[in-house]
Amino acid sequence: MARTLAQKVWDDHVVRHAEGEPDLLFIDLHLLHEVTCPQAFDGLRKAGRRVRRTDLTIATEDHNTPTIDIDKPIADPVSRVQLETLRKNCAEFGVRLHPLGDVEQGIVHVVGPQLGLTQPGMTVVCGDSHTSTHGAFGALAFGIGTSQVEHVLASQTLPMSPFRTMAVTVEGELPPGVTAKDLILAVITRIGTSGGQGHVIEYRGPAIEKLSMEARMTVCNMSIEAGARAGMIAPDETTFAYLKGRPHAPEGPDWDAAVADWRALRTDDGATFDREVVIDASALSPFVTWGTNPGQGAPLSGSVPDPAVFSDPGERLAAEKALEYMGLTAGQPLREIAVDTVFLGSCTNGRIEDLRAAAAVLRGRAVADGVRMLVVPGSVRVALQAVEEGLDEVFTAAGAEWRHAGCSMCLGMNPDQLAPGERAASTSNRNFEGRQGKGGRTHLVSPQVAATSAVLGHLASPADLPELPTTVGA
Amino acid sequence: MEAFTTHTGRVVPLRRSNVDTDQIIPAHWLKKVTRDGFEDGLFDAWRKDPRFILNQPVRQGATVLVAGADFGTGSSREHAVWALQNYGFKAVISPRFADIFRGNSLKNGLLTVMLPQETVERLWELTEADPSAEVTVDLLDRQVRAEGITAGFDLDDNARWRLLRGLDDISLTLEHESDIAEYEARRPSHRPRTLLR
Repeated sequence: MARTLAQKVWDDHVVRHAEGEPDLLFIDLHLLHEVTCPQAFDGLRKAGRRVRRTDLTIATEDHNTPTIDIDKPIADPVSRVQLETLRKNCAEFGVRLHPLGDVEQGIVHVVGPQLGLTQPGMTVVCGDSHTSTHGAFGALAFGIGTSQVEHVLASQTLPMSPFRTMAVTVEGELPPGVTAKDLILAVITRIGTSGGQGHVIEYRGPAIEKLSMEARMTVCNMSIEAGARAGMIAPDETTFAYLKGRPHAPEGPDWDAAVADWRALRTDDGATFDREVVIDASALSPFVTWGTNPGQGAPLSGSVPDPAVFSDPGERLAAEKALEYMGLTAGQPLREIAVDTVFLGSCTNGRIEDLRAAAAVLRGRAVADGVRMLVVPGSVRVALQAVEEGLDEVFTAAGAEWRHAGCSMCLGMNPDQLAPGERAASTSNRNFEGRQGKGGRTHLVSPQVAATSAVLGHLASPADLPELPTTVGA
Repeated sequence: MEAFTTHTGRVVPLRRSNVDTDQIIPAHWLKKVTRDGFEDGLFDAWRKDPRFILNQPVRQGATVLVAGADFGTGSSREHAVWALQNYGFKAVISPRFADIFRGNSLKNGLLTVMLPQETVERLWELTEADPSAEVTVDLLDRQVRAEGITAGFDLDDNARWRLLRGLDDISLTLEHESDIAEYEARRPSHRPRTLLR
């Protein structure tokens, strides 16, 4: 029978199938960070259990870690205890950990792929909803709660009821200046924050095939913002080229065997999806959010909507509350929204291509007066690469703050937060009330829009910038 | 896990949709390393407003939360479930839940009940008019009952069975240890390992 990519990966991982019970699925890679696992390790200890497969488990510190003064003790005692708890648990149970200060430290969803640990056809879990990022490699990757973290630690499996499948086919080609972030924000606005509920989304079509691996990760990362359990993209030559030579990628005959397996990971002709959505890439333009959930977005060229245009009473009420919280009025052009903070980073847009794109805007320009811009690389490796390319100097010369790797202002668990009433253009993934700091207001944007907004002091895209003067004789 | 069979209690009608996990329990509360002590963090930002429904004296001791659609969207933080339970909620009723939140709830014995929007509206109206009105959430009969309202709900047999008995998933899984070992023996050898042995 013709099967989808998601079904193939599922079928390959069924440890036990019994009528009327969830399937027991094997988990190939379990990622840990400090926030969602302390209670799981406690549970293991209480039950006298061990970690079944330390060789399929890896931990990093990201949510609580500071992005400045990392050589000093962590100021917040509660954050410090959480990090120390992770270190203690990893030592006790034999789990590999990349702590603050380690060269492989960084956001868990940046670290896995760059080490080559995320590979096509795998099942990947983490106590973190943005685990969907890893689906960019054709892996079935989804976020789990702490009880499930304990379950995977103890058994390397999870009992799961099958997902439904959904195809998001992106036809055509993204116009110049339109990014993967604009695409996924547009998808979420189109299908809504519950549009993918219960489904694994497979992104496909010519516009997806042309995306780089990092851009594919941006797309899959925000699948959860559309309510989906996971997002996936079929592996292809772009995937194989990205993986080849990475520290944990297969080598020699193993590489050939792996690639042969990976090539079969495509949705069969004739396979059907439970739901299908088609998007025309060529009609897209830079996209930003105006509200307090990621489905409340619009093209940057548009304006803040009038809540009255929403026919669904729930959506209308949500829009009214969002405008009140965001301090916006219906009809206001989005380009006229002034920002005082710009955050470039996160597991959505904290990789080297994101930094390069923002640096290209900032080179020779300056962050506007009254705007603070934080540049937080997704991992130490990304930071080192950026330094090698001189991007850190471009950021600091423009007046942005070059910080250490971590989750940072995406969720403000560390000191990087918005103050009440502050307004950010942020390359992160959630614009929920108070997400980036109590009373803070968030507009989700691409790295290019973030950098341009920093220069102009209001939401804007590179097309809005005046040309830089060319140096005569240069 | 605490078993759930049937529960009767007063209601907090929460007329909001898309109640995300950052509203249920904001990130700065997630630094704790225990499963308890989250009750004061529940709806932290909204509770600063004295008019917020949870702050009303008539709602004290209520144990059933009735919310708008898409409750629990966003992060995978199980702390959201613990916060609701620590506060005293036994069940949450909504037209639609985010998947991860729902999974986390059922693992902890917090019953999440999906009812149509119109039934939710009737429960809101009933309990806004009479804050002392009680609602029964009956998992044995898969039914929600209140004055003038009887509504059946779906929950798959396996999840219901585990909830009714308060069964520990991990113990159930480890009964199949030999299946796991057999699978491990036939996994492709090219799959990566985090530790090099």
